[in-house]
Amino acid sequence: MTDTAAITRTLTIERELPHPQEKVWRALTEGQLIDEWLMKNDFRPVVGHRFQFRSTPVPNWNGLIDSEVLAVEPTSRLSYSWATMGMESVVTWTLTPTAGGTHLRMEHSGFPSEESASYKGAKYGWTSFIGKLENVVGGLD
Amino acid sequence: MEAVANDVFRALADPTRRAIFERLARDGEQTVHVLTGRSDVSQPAISKHLGVLKRARLVRCRHAGRETHYSAQPQALAPLIDWMSLYGAFWRDRFDQLENLLQRMDK
Repeated sequence: MTDTAAITRTLTIERELPHPQEKVWRALTEGQLIDEWLMKNDFRPVVGHRFQFRSTPVPNWNGLIDSEVLAVEPTSRLSYSWATMGMESVVTWTLTPTAGGTHLRMEHSGFPSEESASYKGAKYGWTSFIGKLENVVGGLD
Repeated sequence: MEAVANDVFRALADPTRRAIFERLARDGEQTVHVLTGRSDVSQPAISKHLGVLKRARLVRCRHAGRETHYSAQPQALAPLIDWMSLYGAFWRDRFDQLENLLQRMDK
């Protein structure tokens, strides 16, 4: 009973950045810089380092994301776990040099998938929860 | 509803419970007995996992004679799917802020 591959899914975001790879790497791996675009943190680019992303707590969410550095391949690949609200997931960054700068790809994987459970998208009574999630994501600012 | 959503997150954080849920979603209704037979986990442990899934409303049970039949309730995954789409918005917003920072780093 370890067949969980089908129940996970991945969110992927890619962007072309007109900046050199080394610079993008710095923004992804220096705590003070991460703080400026993502969240407060005690990140260090060392495999096995456990750290937290911290944002403002909101009702039903303490604002904490527990993470551990999983992979550090300077200037090309970075991966850390991302655990919050009882859900474990993994965030992986991949940097590739391009003619005009850097191609940045982010994969956030580990979400249960709708396909595996033949989710029908039927009407459901989760509106209050969705409202709360908006607060959670808003609180991440 | 809010309590249920948190239960869903917690229930699916465990790989054994994810596997049980997935099996029920894929193969349809099954008894604890059958689920145990296909697993390395003991029957009391399976029953306990099913209890957690049931509280999260991810499974439903039906008693027939001495057996209890469990079936998946995939619509209970709805909050996770919404979570997913909200994460999409979250990361796109972060990418914008990252680009912003990279521009400022030039100065």
